[in-house]
Amino acid sequence: MNTRASRLIRYFLISNLLLLVAFPWVGEHFYVGLVMNMMIFGILAMSLDLLIGYTGLVSLGHAAYYGLAGYLLAIISPESEAVSIWLALPFCILGTALAALIIGWFSVRTSGIYFIMITLAFAQMLFYYFNENTDLGGSDGIFIFFKPSVTLGSITLLDLDNHIVFYYFILVCMLLVYFLLRMLLASPFGQVIQGIRANENRTRALGYPTFYYKLVSFVIAGSIGGLAGFLEGMHGGIVSPGHLGWHESGLILMIVILGGMGTLYGPIMGAFAMIFLQDWFQEITVHWMLLMGVFVIAVVLFLPRGIAGLIEDLAAKLDKSVTDSNRPATQKNGESGDG
Amino acid sequence: MMTFFIQLLNSIQYGFLLFLVASGLTLVFGIMGIINLAHGAFFMFGAYLVYWLTGVVDNYFVGILLGLPIMLVMGYVIERLAIARLYQRDHLYQVLLTYGLILILNELQKILWGSDFYSVPVPAVLDGSIALTETQAYPVYRLFISVVCMLVAAGMYVVIARTRLGMIIRAGSVNREMVQSLGININRFYAIVFSAGAALAAFAGMIGAPVSSVYPGMGDQILIISFVVVVIGGIGSVKGAFVGAMIIGLADTFGKVLIPDFASMAVYATMALILMWRPQGLFGRA
Amino acid sequence: MTAELILETRDLTRTFGALVAVDKVSLQFRRGQVHAIIGPNGAGKTTFINLLSSDIDTSFGSIHFNGQDITDLPPDKVSRLGIGRSYQKTNIFPEFSCLQNCWLGAQSRLPTSMRFVRPARLYDEVREHADKALRDCGLYQRRNTVAAHMSYGEQRQLEIGMMLATNPQLLLLDEPLAGMGQEESFEIIELLKKLAEDHTLILIEHDMDAVFSIAQQLTVMVNGQVLETGSVEQIRNSKAVHEAYLGEDEDES
Repeated sequence: MNTRASRLIRYFLISNLLLLVAFPWVGEHFYVGLVMNMMIFGILAMSLDLLIGYTGLVSLGHAAYYGLAGYLLAIISPESEAVSIWLALPFCILGTALAALIIGWFSVRTSGIYFIMITLAFAQMLFYYFNENTDLGGSDGIFIFFKPSVTLGSITLLDLDNHIVFYYFILVCMLLVYFLLRMLLASPFGQVIQGIRANENRTRALGYPTFYYKLVSFVIAGSIGGLAGFLEGMHGGIVSPGHLGWHESGLILMIVILGGMGTLYGPIMGAFAMIFLQDWFQEITVHWMLLMGVFVIAVVLFLPRGIAGLIEDLAAKLDKSVTDSNRPATQKNGESGDG
Repeated sequence: MMTFFIQLLNSIQYGFLLFLVASGLTLVFGIMGIINLAHGAFFMFGAYLVYWLTGVVDNYFVGILLGLPIMLVMGYVIERLAIARLYQRDHLYQVLLTYGLILILNELQKILWGSDFYSVPVPAVLDGSIALTETQAYPVYRLFISVVCMLVAAGMYVVIARTRLGMIIRAGSVNREMVQSLGININRFYAIVFSAGAALAAFAGMIGAPVSSVYPGMGDQILIISFVVVVIGGIGSVKGAFVGAMIIGLADTFGKVLIPDFASMAVYATMALILMWRPQGLFGRA
Repeated sequence: MTAELILETRDLTRTFGALVAVDKVSLQFRRGQVHAIIGPNGAGKTTFINLLSSDIDTSFGSIHFNGQDITDLPPDKVSRLGIGRSYQKTNIFPEFSCLQNCWLGAQSRLPTSMRFVRPARLYDEVREHADKALRDCGLYQRRNTVAAHMSYGEQRQLEIGMMLATNPQLLLLDEPLAGMGQEESFEIIELLKKLAEDHTLILIEHDMDAVFSIAQQLTVMVNGQVLETGSVEQIRNSKAVHEAYLGEDEDES
């Protein structure tokens, strides 16, 4: 844990964080907005990584929770005024948690390819529900006219309509999720889900009812995905069926792999890289999906450990004294640093 | 009563089309252990090819005959170039790579044919309908689809149950090592299965084109429904794919009649119910 | 022979299609004894152990542990009642360190692991159990080594260590010596002897010398059925067993 290589990675991450903190003061308005988008996808990708990289559940329907939270925000937001965040946030998160509980109840008892297909099918079910529901805008989606207000009594605590305030609001959410997940992974619960990922049958034979651990992990991941959707709803001001679609789920999966699954900072970096590339490819050509497809295939074939894998190799090269982690029972990638 | 009968015929016709797509998906998984998201794109390419070729040669049937070899080659090339690198890899990477393929194939479709909706005319020979009552009739072409699909399904049954290739397929879906020990060139065998699956999906897109329009994204939609079919039937089971396709055909058609506002959800609700009862699907191995 | 019953099977049966892998096995296991099950390959020994640990479902018959019917309990409940098992084919967490492997075993004895806030490493009682299991299985020095990087023999030791970390009363050991060299076997046998002092052991093993040096009770299984069961002496002198199975071994010893 305290090898120099892991310290190098930590310094690298902290310096990245400092750049993020400084960015709104130097970046153009458009790019500040783009970085907000990246951070939201970072949250979403971390939540999916909890499933894929730590619990061993490959979900191809994770966008369901992201989009659902956006719709819940649209439903609870009146058209003419802002809803209180103290009402809207719990409503959106608990709503997505409930959806994850129901979907997880069916899907978590399966594994491997069945799990992939069933999570996909459930997400599509939600997709069609919103796509065909004309009260919620059908395939056009629905607007969220006002960002929720953060007030205490009559005092406004945060003015989220302010671009910079909202930027820091998202940044803080991302950091909170990061540390929340670190805490979870270091806890007894975290040990069990990582055991499930490594060898589920043995974990069960050791005395853990693995179904419930997987289900709880699924619900936590769904809820955090809901937080990302809540932020995206505020940021974009619109939610449409596309947010729940399986192309979105594929994109999140791609972000996790590009960043490096089984690390928490990897998916954040993956989100930054992927959103950046998407933006760049769109500038180059209208047929940017072609470039994206080629890029996706290239990552699968040549970079299976993702950006985090590159960083770890580089840090290890910079410091050859990497030894086995000394700390017991920590997360698998004990080397990953803070920030 | 007659309306019910017509709906039933429609369900069966849709079920047969689904079966053609889903059987390729389930075979490729059962034999090669590959989860192929790009399968729906083959269906879409089939539909676009027949639209284009029918325009060129001015004959729908010739269009199909010209289109099928193109799809066989396309399947073969994709298997050799991309899928072949995935056999030893986790499902996760198979999902991603074939997702990348979808992006490419969808974009190619846009480059070649644009984003418009097209329709393929029903060939004149089959452009009629059979009167069922004084006011209701059933189009001949839809019957034709059912009959052709039935023939294909029967042909598949014969191939799988009676031929040497079928024997290998059956052996392969139970035990992959066994196939290798039979002294068969496994690479070529996999490529053949994959390209046959691609051609089946494309064929479904071709003969379905005259009753549904040809549009971007049609592959994605059929893919997801085919997944549902495969999951219901039990992954790897062709028989399961058949039963699953019929169930989904019924659920979809009657969903549209009974709960028109949320018809698409009927399919998924059916899936959830079946999985509650049998998590491994109707004919899946636990 | 007068020790109390710890485990009993009544007509325990498991079929796979037309094959009857375990056929109406009724056996009694007494607390504190080492009970070995021997028999040719395919006799149904491993299936029998898998039924006891609930890794596979029983087709017919019942299993009683300390008087409680455990036939239909899932494997995690069986483990929590105090039945630990090791596998014939090494079944560990290869990417975890030895300590992490044993840690998961020890942590399973917490009332629940649905605890999300306090870091696992601060649970001292878990650490003590995990360390003890590591010492008992002889891997304390290797505690921080990743399991996949160890020798086959050490992985077999870890297999037993993980089981011990769950603090079981009854140990189900499926060929603990499988694939081991003489030196390594000797160490495991010594370990088993030590474990036998305060545990009940049910042991499947092909190595007859090992079996005779540890076990007090012997059961011979053939074709899914119990051919003979009794004390080691009884079995040594059983004519049926000699004819069916032990013949050649006996000549040598």
